Amino acid sequence: MATVKNRKVAEMSFLARLRKFPFWAWLWFIIGGLYFILPLLATVEFSLSWDPEAPFKAYQRAFEDNRFWSSFIASNVFAVITIIASIILVVPTAYWIRLRLPQARRIVEFITLMPFVVPAIILVFGMIRVYSTPFTIPFTDVVFMRPFTQSRLGTDILIVAGYMVLSMPYMYRSVDTGMRTVDILTLTEAAQSLGANWFAIITRIILPNIRSALLSGALLTFAIVVGEVILASYLGVTAFGPYLFLLGQHRAYEPAALSFVSFLLTWLAMGLIQLFTGGQGQAAGAH
Amino acid sequence: MAGSHFKMKTGSEDMKAMAQTALPSKKITAPTNWKTWLGVVPFFLFALLFLFLPSLRLVTASLFTSDGSFTLDNIRQLFTEPLIVNSYKLSIQISAITALGGGLLGFFLAYAVTVGGLPKSLRPILMTFSGVASNFAGVPLAFAFVATLGRQGFITHILKDYLNIDLYTAGFNLYSFAGLSLVYMYFQFPLMVLIMAPALDGLKREWREAAENLGATSAQYWLRVAFPVLLPSILGAMILLFGNAFGAYATAYALTGGRIGIVTIQIGAQIRGDVLYNPGLGYAMAVGMVAIMGISLAGYSWLQSKTERWLR
Repeated sequence: MATVKNRKVAEMSFLARLRKFPFWAWLWFIIGGLYFILPLLATVEFSLSWDPEAPFKAYQRAFEDNRFWSSFIASNVFAVITIIASIILVVPTAYWIRLRLPQARRIVEFITLMPFVVPAIILVFGMIRVYSTPFTIPFTDVVFMRPFTQSRLGTDILIVAGYMVLSMPYMYRSVDTGMRTVDILTLTEAAQSLGANWFAIITRIILPNIRSALLSGALLTFAIVVGEVILASYLGVTAFGPYLFLLGQHRAYEPAALSFVSFLLTWLAMGLIQLFTGGQGQAAGAH
Repeated sequence: MAGSHFKMKTGSEDMKAMAQTALPSKKITAPTNWKTWLGVVPFFLFALLFLFLPSLRLVTASLFTSDGSFTLDNIRQLFTEPLIVNSYKLSIQISAITALGGGLLGFFLAYAVTVGGLPKSLRPILMTFSGVASNFAGVPLAFAFVATLGRQGFITHILKDYLNIDLYTAGFNLYSFAGLSLVYMYFQFPLMVLIMAPALDGLKREWREAAENLGATSAQYWLRVAFPVLLPSILGAMILLFGNAFGAYATAYALTGGRIGIVTIQIGAQIRGDVLYNPGLGYAMAVGMVAIMGISLAGYSWLQSKTERWLR
């Protein structure tokens, strides 16, 4: 008797579980998962298939090329400079708006969305157009500065400025979200009452308090800059994006290897963001 | 019906009004004078020099011929030159299709990991993956798809060897409109996941419980409650996806070498090209593109304001 009853209960709960089994959710998840993974799998498979004797030949060849290192290092240097310059520009602005100038919030948020309206291909031609003519003192022919596009330093300034524009929506949003969780008014008043000046307040009070937001903005900027092609190739600057593009024109296996490497780098950046910011969110969600 | 509820609450309304009169209605802040605005001058100066000035320069450049006389020819050609009209059509088509396709797949995925009943542990995995994939565009993405669906690609081979399906004799071509759409989808649907997951979190459990208590089926709940609430954020996200695809350049160029003439590639070819060379027209195309993107963004922020009423 009891066992029959037990079996019936077990059967019912099995049916109930079957009815509750999220079939569609799993189906979509599997489709999405395959879409994510198959291209990566194919890239790895292809990059390892050059020589069955030496599976890592493509990677070895790619890393032996000096131009790879020079362009890759150049892109990383640009990324670091862009991140530092963006922080110097965005953090004081976002801080000042929260503290003293809430009226400017809407207009500044509007400006930070502008890079979505002006894609990189348009930005680069606009910058070339503006900065390829010499700077003169108005109404005279006296030149006080050579065009940016004619010197190495000038193009470097232009490309960093362009990268700052492209990453501005992400950087500003991260910093602003970070500041929302900190009571900057109280912190500022406390620091001022202890005699701190503005520079000390920003570098020693505000920056440490929003470090996880800064890090996620910085890593997003890094992911954007290192793979960027358009600005670098039209400004004629050595960078990883154009190098990979040219390599793809006359090589087969090395580009696949480098594509996978750049995927891993993006993965690393995003994983670190998740680690530093998502961790808190998850803990909150578990309650 | 809602009105009667509010009437019953008048007591608390009075309390609120009292509380408001008791407290100073405004936060005490230092008076703003012109010196306060100095704090944001560097930001505005940067935006002026590297964002607005270059954009405006393109507008003026499109209005003058190479010898400096005023012309509306370039703008007129945007609407009459078949090559240009077609490139806009192509860009709009590919952006709309991948926004719709990527939007649907992304929505269902976001649904699956939020309210769809999948194990909680899958969510952070999907979110990180989406963060990676939505940033994995351009040259490496094109190469990855060549290795996957190109003539010698991984999937192409598997289908041929095991299922006896030859994609390329069946009419598929990675270097075509359909192929490019598939590649764009790779960065489109993860973006949708990233935007929609928080919106789906915003659906309150009480709404579902209330609907069920009133006898609604699951389909009725989704059609009558959840979907109307989510619609503005779904549409807004899809507009963002549209703009995301519309501005793309490197992915298409690396994949097709410029054979598919979407707007961004045409602009590059007109301003810097060897065969096509008409900078004025290129600048006019850029202006047209900014106009389309501007309209999309305006639509997005309008829908965003609608969303905030229900979901935060």
